[in-house]
Amino acid sequence: MPADFISNLYVFILAGFVGFELIKRVSPLLHTPLMSLTNALDAIVVVAAIIIAGRHETPLSTALGAIAVAASFSNMVGGFLITDRMLRMFKTGKPRKS
Amino acid sequence: MNALVTQQLIDSAYIVAVVLFILAIKWLSSPVSARRGVLVGEIAAALAVGATLCDPELVQYKWIIIALIIGAGIGVPLGLVHMTAVPQRTALSHAFGALSAAMIGIAEYYVGIPHVTKFEMGEIGLEVIIGSLTFTGSLIAAGKLQEILPQRPIVYKGQNFVSLSVLAAALLIAIALVVNPNNTVLFPIMVIVALFFGILLVTPIGGADMPTVISLLNSYAGFSAALLGFVLNSKVLVVAGALDGSSGFILSVIMCKAMNRSFANVMFGAFGQVQASTAAATETRTVRGASAEEAAGILAAANRVAIVPGYGMAVAQAQHKVRELYDALTRKGVDVRFGIHPVAGRMPGHMNVLLAEADIPYDRLIEMDDMNSDLPQTDVALIIGANDVTNPAARTDVGSPIYGMPILDVDKARTVMVIKRSMSPGFAGIDNPLYYMDKTLMLFGDAKSFVGDIIRELGGGSGH
Repeated sequence: MPADFISNLYVFILAGFVGFELIKRVSPLLHTPLMSLTNALDAIVVVAAIIIAGRHETPLSTALGAIAVAASFSNMVGGFLITDRMLRMFKTGKPRKS
Repeated sequence: MNALVTQQLIDSAYIVAVVLFILAIKWLSSPVSARRGVLVGEIAAALAVGATLCDPELVQYKWIIIALIIGAGIGVPLGLVHMTAVPQRTALSHAFGALSAAMIGIAEYYVGIPHVTKFEMGEIGLEVIIGSLTFTGSLIAAGKLQEILPQRPIVYKGQNFVSLSVLAAALLIAIALVVNPNNTVLFPIMVIVALFFGILLVTPIGGADMPTVISLLNSYAGFSAALLGFVLNSKVLVVAGALDGSSGFILSVIMCKAMNRSFANVMFGAFGQVQASTAAATETRTVRGASAEEAAGILAAANRVAIVPGYGMAVAQAQHKVRELYDALTRKGVDVRFGIHPVAGRMPGHMNVLLAEADIPYDRLIEMDDMNSDLPQTDVALIIGANDVTNPAARTDVGSPIYGMPILDVDKARTVMVIKRSMSPGFAGIDNPLYYMDKTLMLFGDAKSFVGDIIRELGGGSGH
């Protein structure tokens, strides 16, 4: 197995555990915003799409890269926007300390 | 600035972005800090995108800029949809995420050929298959949620065999490509077969199972991004994909537990098809109806009221009327709380978002287990557009298709009121013995207008 694969596997497993521990603690109240936020974070694939579209190797790779840029950037913009809209709606009735 | 330094700065930006991603999810755990989580997520995304745009490998910006503008043009309206449309928007965003991952994988293959190694081919093959099937599967899910496609499960004989054969075909083609990565004819066939499998996978699944399906598609979209990180040797993608994938996976597990079903049963069980026969014996039982005036009287006399909303409330767009009812009862000194079942609605957390949109304070939205410990001391349980999640047969009737599913024990409240259009069985076609109990009053009518009638009666009562 290539060395890159091994190091990526380490990162994947550790990130998976961190994700598991963090997401477990997210209140069910916020499961919808959780999904839209992780979706927006996942849209970071746009960085890979930008490289493919901008390296301009073949017309096909540029076209596929551009589609990927548009698709993932729409997720990034839309995901952050709707998550913030949803979270702004979550209010307590009377301010009280717990 | 020389290329090496630039590359190191880009890598540093990615490392900061990864740290901020983790903080974003950490802060999302509570409504108090959640918006800060979104802010750091945005900073991370801006940092990573900004750094990437400085990459010296980029020789042409024209298509990047056009695509970014198109992406923003699609993303902004999708970020501004009405809250009732959030499930289909989410499904659509899983489709876009998966499309993006699949497109990059396909581009990598054609750019890399004929120097793609067998190992790289395996990674690309798997990544493109998952990305493609998630793309079409999510589109079908979005179509069902938007009601462009029928929400009922669409099934035919031998369906599971056909679906699994198509998946096996895609995997076999991928294996053939690993044996010979230069067989460029096979690659597009693999993509098409995987796209087709995505359609077959989601078409048979009914609307009531959408919370699980959306979560699973979320997880697939995340894992396809992580696999893409392996293909491109990009750690930032591996981390973001792993976080998104594990989030979707945890939500799927929670949804399955909340329905007492396995993944396999959700994906291949076509819920809502086989239960018709169990309802036959109940025809002769009687139900008690009540008017809005009687309902208002009982609610006004109560100390504690539990409202249990379901998908029917979302369909009737009744959440704002429900808020008015909450206000009217609260003014009369009634303690009103909302019991939220994990799978109520069409995606995880759906009811919470709708009720929060209607300005109901989130400390009134109570999780199932906490609500259940309070229901025996509750005077009135008012069910609005929920059915299966309140069905006591899940506790008592071993023969019921939902036996074992955790439910909100509304039958333990002193009085039960159910707002329902008619006595026709719910989505899954399962009869609900709750409706025939002596303490149950059926309030027949549209959720929105009936709640409106109750509010009017309550308003009249306060004038004495």
